Amino acid sequence: MKEAKSNAVNSTFQEIKDHALAGWQELWDGKKPVIMVGAATCGRAAGALEVEEALREEVKKRGLDCPVIEVGCMGHCYAEPLVIISKPGYPSICYGLVNPVIAEKLVRDFIIGDDPCLEFVLGATEKNDLIPSLLDFPRAEYETKVILENCGRIDPEQIDHYIANGGYTALAKALQVEPAVVIEEVKKSGLRGRGGAGFPTGSKWETCRNASGRPKYVICNGDEGDPGAFMDRDILESDPHSVLEGMIIAGYATGARYGYIYVRAEYPLAVHRVQVALNQAKKQHLIGRDILGSGYSFDIRLFQGSGAFVCGEESALIASLEGEPGMPRHRPPFPATSGLHGKPTVINNVKTLAAVRHILNKGWEWFSGIGTEKSKGTAVFALAGEVVNTGLVEVPMGTTLRQVIFDVGSGVPGGRRFKAVQVGGPSGGCLPESVLDLPIDFDSLKDAGAMMGSGGMVVLSEDGCMVEIARYLQEFTQRESCGKCTFCRLGTKQMLEILDRITRGEGEPEDLEMLSSLAEDVKAGSLCNLGKTAPNPVLTTLRYFRDEYEAHIKEKRCPALMCRELIAFYILPDR
Amino acid sequence: MTVEEADVRKETNRALKRFGRKKDNLIPILQGVQGKLGYLPEEAMSEIAGYLGISEIEVYSVVTFYNQFRLNPPGRHSIRVCLGTACHMKGGYITMDAWKRRLGIDVRETTPDREFDLDSVACVGCCVMAPVTVVDGKPEGNVEPTRVDGILLNFELEREKEAKESK
Repeated sequence: MKEAKSNAVNSTFQEIKDHALAGWQELWDGKKPVIMVGAATCGRAAGALEVEEALREEVKKRGLDCPVIEVGCMGHCYAEPLVIISKPGYPSICYGLVNPVIAEKLVRDFIIGDDPCLEFVLGATEKNDLIPSLLDFPRAEYETKVILENCGRIDPEQIDHYIANGGYTALAKALQVEPAVVIEEVKKSGLRGRGGAGFPTGSKWETCRNASGRPKYVICNGDEGDPGAFMDRDILESDPHSVLEGMIIAGYATGARYGYIYVRAEYPLAVHRVQVALNQAKKQHLIGRDILGSGYSFDIRLFQGSGAFVCGEESALIASLEGEPGMPRHRPPFPATSGLHGKPTVINNVKTLAAVRHILNKGWEWFSGIGTEKSKGTAVFALAGEVVNTGLVEVPMGTTLRQVIFDVGSGVPGGRRFKAVQVGGPSGGCLPESVLDLPIDFDSLKDAGAMMGSGGMVVLSEDGCMVEIARYLQEFTQRESCGKCTFCRLGTKQMLEILDRITRGEGEPEDLEMLSSLAEDVKAGSLCNLGKTAPNPVLTTLRYFRDEYEAHIKEKRCPALMCRELIAFYILPDR
Repeated sequence: MTVEEADVRKETNRALKRFGRKKDNLIPILQGVQGKLGYLPEEAMSEIAGYLGISEIEVYSVVTFYNQFRLNPPGRHSIRVCLGTACHMKGGYITMDAWKRRLGIDVRETTPDREFDLDSVACVGCCVMAPVTVVDGKPEGNVEPTRVDGILLNFELEREKEAKESK
């Protein structure tokens, strides 16, 4: 009986896979050139759609057999819009900062002519003798692409591209073994939740599996509310099926019948691509009743988050799925035993789910071989702010902050000095140069007063005022506090008022004492992690940049020249 | 009941047909209705409450809790200034001031001629293009005050062109 089921899954999947591979090979037949345009939101903001249109028009005008396809984000966001041209006889070449004029030139000179237009090249995507490769960049030494493997290589709106590149193999594999085996594999791999808290994923699944109550649910948390973070957006826009596959596997392992993928409405392109992916997966019987003939049924619905930062907290997210204001609930009971509608519910971050298929495909030993003793696998960071190579970075856990900012990110532009890095968004902290050699994993940043968070990293140069950034983040958490707990609701307000005064030059010497004591109170008196971590930016800036606070208070001066009320303008008569 | 109120109720009911009468659907319903009407007027909220069999105040509490929902009508063009960390540090707040000054309105307001509405957004995830302003749903990178004038000039030219064509 069991064997029959296994055979059914195998043959159904093989059919799907053969079809996908045939299409993929037809695209890459080695005879015609292929143009890929990076068209995630970051590329679009830089004008990728105009570039794409120019490419299509030129190709059509010249009557060329040359498909132009949209791909996701390669992570080199500083050079958007990106265009990759693969022409037989040449390595695949990635061009950066392309505009419609350059696009036309590329078609004329490279596709028709044989001039690879070296002046616009960013790098080749593979090693070769002709053109320096992106793999020869110093950053390649630190990067390990696991979760981002497909991003920028496949068309996210074509399920066949995903399947042809190994997609849904892990699902077909999982469906042929007992759910407990899947859980065991994930447990042994050491995978921990990528949303920031770092809870062991396998244990969460096991708790949910053993909990009574039907139906069970799997929720993918894509409510990436941290300002300064865009990893989940990029993954959902560039490789949505990897997240769906992780969800179905999680559903099978826990015995869930329904899944929700919760994406912020502020990410319209991610919402669209997830919807397209869902429709395609349903059509191929990878979602729905009797998946691949295994007898297991699982449905996924897309839910758009309505813009409340607190909904990134799992119990608040569940409340919003139930049609309530997103207010956190007391835990325990944890959602794994009592979540959506009081039923057992697994909630995992986008990146956690995207990692699952790799663990099943390559084995837990492989995954646990990456990273540090307690934090396995890779971490994805969104590098932004005052840094040369802004973009998405995936490095093994345990890489130091310095390596990420200076080696991968190439440091601060314009010869300015590095001052701090804001990690983990409003729940994290601002870390100075002195702690940059800390390895990044779930635990080590806590001692420095910050947390890894979901992966946002904003670099600040000497032009950034640390009091102002603390004030800004406090303003954010104050506005986004749901209002349930008194300390979070009123404490953050008091802290914000003090910070407001300081940045206006009206600070008093005793304010710093007051800030620290309020911060401790808010931490202690809040139910959820929004309140518990809200004071972190203030505490870390007080700890590492106290001199800036003092300059504001005692000398009524903003050393970074950012606080407008503290800048005086003079007219120099002799100029 | 005025004509406008009756229209709102009719439109709302049309949008409601796609959804089941479960409270779970409240947020998708609000998103759908706002997608149709551009905002959530009182009459729409009361129709939704009736449809789901919940009190009007429950609908109102959800509408006012989430940043996505608006209680006043939108302008023809929507301006959303990103005030995420990266945008803020790169002067997003100065861009916001420029928008306010040029449009003569405050955040969450609509110009009297209903041409533009202005709002902030927490982060659209285009941090590498900071400071970002989302104009009619399209993220524009590096929007500094001079670019604000440029975008407005573009709209003005478009309007003039339209006016010419309609003549």
